[in-house]
Amino acid sequence: MAALAVVAAAFILLPLAAVVARVDWPNFLPLVTSDASLTALGLSLRTAAASTVVCILLGVPLALVLARGEFPGQRLLRSFVLLPLVLPPVVGGIALLYTFGRQGLLGRGLEVAGIQIAFSTTAVVLAQTFVALPFLVVSLEGALRAGGQRYEAVAATLGARPGTVLRRVTLPLVLPGLASGAVLSFARSLGEFGATLTFAGSLQGITRTLPLEIYLQRETDADAAVALSLLLVAVAVIVVGVSYRGPGTPSAAPSRTPNAEPAEATR
Amino acid sequence: MSRRTAAILLTAVLAAGTAGCGATGGSGSGARVLTVFAAASLKAPFTALAQSFEASHPGTRVSLSFAGSSDLATQLGQGAPADVFASADPANMAKVTGAGLAEGSPRNFATNTLTIAVPPANPAGITSFADLARPGTRVVVCARQVPCGAAAVAVEGKTGMRLAPVSEESAVTDVLGKVASGEADAGLVYVTDVLGAAGKVKGVPFPEAASAVNTYPIAALRGGREKNLAQAFLDEVTGAEGQKVLADAGFGRP
Amino acid sequence: MTFTLDAVVADRGLDVSLTLGVGETVAILGPNGAGKSTLLSVIAGLVRPDAGTAALDGRPLFHLDGGRTVWTPPHRRGTALLAQEALLFPHLTALDNVAFGPRSAGAGRAAARDAAARWLAEVEATDLAGRRPGELSGGQAQRVAVARALAADPGLLLLDEPMAALDVHAAPLLRRLLKRVLTGRRAIIVTHDVLDAYMLADTVVVLEAGRIVEQGPTREVLTRPRSRFAAGLAGLNLIPGTVTAAGLLPDQAGEGPGGSGAQSSPVTELAGRHEDTPIPGQAGVAAFPPSAVSVFPDQPHGSPRNAFAVTVTDLEPHGDQIRVRAGDLAADITPAASADLSLAPGVRAYFVVKAAAVAIYPA
Repeated sequence: MAALAVVAAAFILLPLAAVVARVDWPNFLPLVTSDASLTALGLSLRTAAASTVVCILLGVPLALVLARGEFPGQRLLRSFVLLPLVLPPVVGGIALLYTFGRQGLLGRGLEVAGIQIAFSTTAVVLAQTFVALPFLVVSLEGALRAGGQRYEAVAATLGARPGTVLRRVTLPLVLPGLASGAVLSFARSLGEFGATLTFAGSLQGITRTLPLEIYLQRETDADAAVALSLLLVAVAVIVVGVSYRGPGTPSAAPSRTPNAEPAEATR
Repeated sequence: MSRRTAAILLTAVLAAGTAGCGATGGSGSGARVLTVFAAASLKAPFTALAQSFEASHPGTRVSLSFAGSSDLATQLGQGAPADVFASADPANMAKVTGAGLAEGSPRNFATNTLTIAVPPANPAGITSFADLARPGTRVVVCARQVPCGAAAVAVEGKTGMRLAPVSEESAVTDVLGKVASGEADAGLVYVTDVLGAAGKVKGVPFPEAASAVNTYPIAALRGGREKNLAQAFLDEVTGAEGQKVLADAGFGRP
Repeated sequence: MTFTLDAVVADRGLDVSLTLGVGETVAILGPNGAGKSTLLSVIAGLVRPDAGTAALDGRPLFHLDGGRTVWTPPHRRGTALLAQEALLFPHLTALDNVAFGPRSAGAGRAAARDAAARWLAEVEATDLAGRRPGELSGGQAQRVAVARALAADPGLLLLDEPMAALDVHAAPLLRRLLKRVLTGRRAIIVTHDVLDAYMLADTVVVLEAGRIVEQGPTREVLTRPRSRFAAGLAGLNLIPGTVTAAGLLPDQAGEGPGGSGAQSSPVTELAGRHEDTPIPGQAGVAAFPPSAVSVFPDQPHGSPRNAFAVTVTDLEPHGDQIRVRAGDLAADITPAASADLSLAPGVRAYFVVKAAAVAIYPA
């Protein structure tokens, strides 16, 4: 078992090490600080932040409905919500194209209203939100299911109306779950490639995020691609490492800790 | 996860992996295999040429691998085993010859010319290269890092006309996709791409394209095992038969 | 100004009617799965009964018996619930937990905190005000939870086995606290512990399989139990039957005195003293404490004694005595006597009790 665990860890770490080993260190700084690279990095951070905000705005109500509601088709809805997790991103991009594109389901109406989404930064945010939303919903729904319902019941019997219960009990309780969901969403958005390429296009400063820049640089300048890859890895590691708390740390299901019982006895 | 589940998954993954290997690398017992790395735009003519080559060389199988020229050049640089490399531009061929991987000097076997691809209905009414610069026209081109983008930049330079594309894609297929879906009003692609798109897009030829003709070189590879077969395949591609197939696909003569 | 309840929850087999006067505390007793917690959930509005009606001080809690359906949501009922676990909100300090009810009722932050501080003082937890629930012991947390429930000023306080999760040191402290704060307050306390009923409740309701089998003033129910469960709580042997002129004829029903585990002698009339003037022919019960039971190896001779042929099912220490169990009957004897009789599970013996120790009263 331990040997397999080592293999699994090596399977993930080795390719990362290989990237580090391939970096052209003397030229690393010039490579990652080129105008195109910095523009792509800035765009990636901005769009990932925006899509994370959209994920929270849309994902919190959805997770609440899935975790607390009871309605026909709930299981089906959950399966569909999880779909972007398993779909190839390109498929997601095509689906978005036929929804928000010029000839798309909603896009046609938007076009008439003078709103063009394709080839815009908005399209990048949409593509990222599409693939990242399930991460937020899944981790938040898990947190909601893990704890809270009994606290909510107590809060209600203490006279708190549903809105108060949501604001003062439910959301604070699932805050760690929401935070880790948001971080995962941000990380997923940062790495989004396929849906963006298919749906949003690729133009410096508008739609060419860091992954797209890497893909393009690889055509002509492998060293630049490797350096940018390392940059993306570093950003992802920082984001996930700083804010993601693993299952071992206290999270949404607060343990009732009956510690220090003797203190009670000596009173 | 139980040990049993893990074992089943592992078996499934391995089975899928080996099946994949079998499909590309497996060879009939005794059959000689000629491995050809070719630019993605050559898919249709080279598939046809491989069939006729197999017919004229009994006991031979041609294994074709299509991808972007730079991808293929990178793979060859990493030691990928192949007998023949057909590139969509001299630059990527230069990478291979520069690394000393080519056997002899490359031979130019085809040219490709840019054309304007528009949706079949041509909603923006594009009829010339100048139309692409009209404000409000959504034009998609290849990024300058890839051959079709480099060609577009060359045309811009020659005409002195600057395009303001809404997107600079990394591959011709992405340009075609955006035109075919109607997202873009027009795209700059190769003549052969429009022919290959089978009606999904319409080609609008423009004279300025002649200023940026792309040349396709082909070379046998030093690391290949089938040196004689490789030369025979090169002869077929550059010969009358090969040139006819390429011309049918829209390629020009070098 | 009363609390009245009629409720049926079909899938849990609950069918209960209940009335509480002003300031009355009732203890709900009953075996596991009897529906005690479900009953509290129905009152609190967390479980919707299939039928019934309930009102608290003239305000309807629900009315589901035809006509206009009324369903008051939990937060407008004024029925605070205190559970086995304190369930303090983990992200709030003890003080803010207690202030939660007043805040929800619309009090300002400062006023709510003042009220919370008063209630914390009432439960002697002022020094815990700034602590988070994670830093409290089980007993401390439950004290804060009591303050939190009271601070919500409930018209009816619901307590679901509040002492069950506490250790032997913390439970008595909380019980004393509850005795103080429940005095003159209307409350329903679900408990397993007869001590809770004695100390905290004015009346007792015994719930078995979703139905009330016995209710009345605490002392009366626990000294004159009519249900097996209440008798068990009171520590009495109980034999149901029919009252006769001189005693009681036990019910046959396949399970005479001694119960299923014991091979009892053919049912014969029990001798005892009539209390509460039972009328011959009416249903009654005979009750006697295990300490009044002697154990003999053979059928004893001699006058006003009741003897049961039994098979011993269990022996367990009971204070400085040995409790000998034979099915539903129990006898307390000295360890020496137990050794002399070579008692062990499976041994046949006779339980003997004097008529004077057997109380017979209407069921």
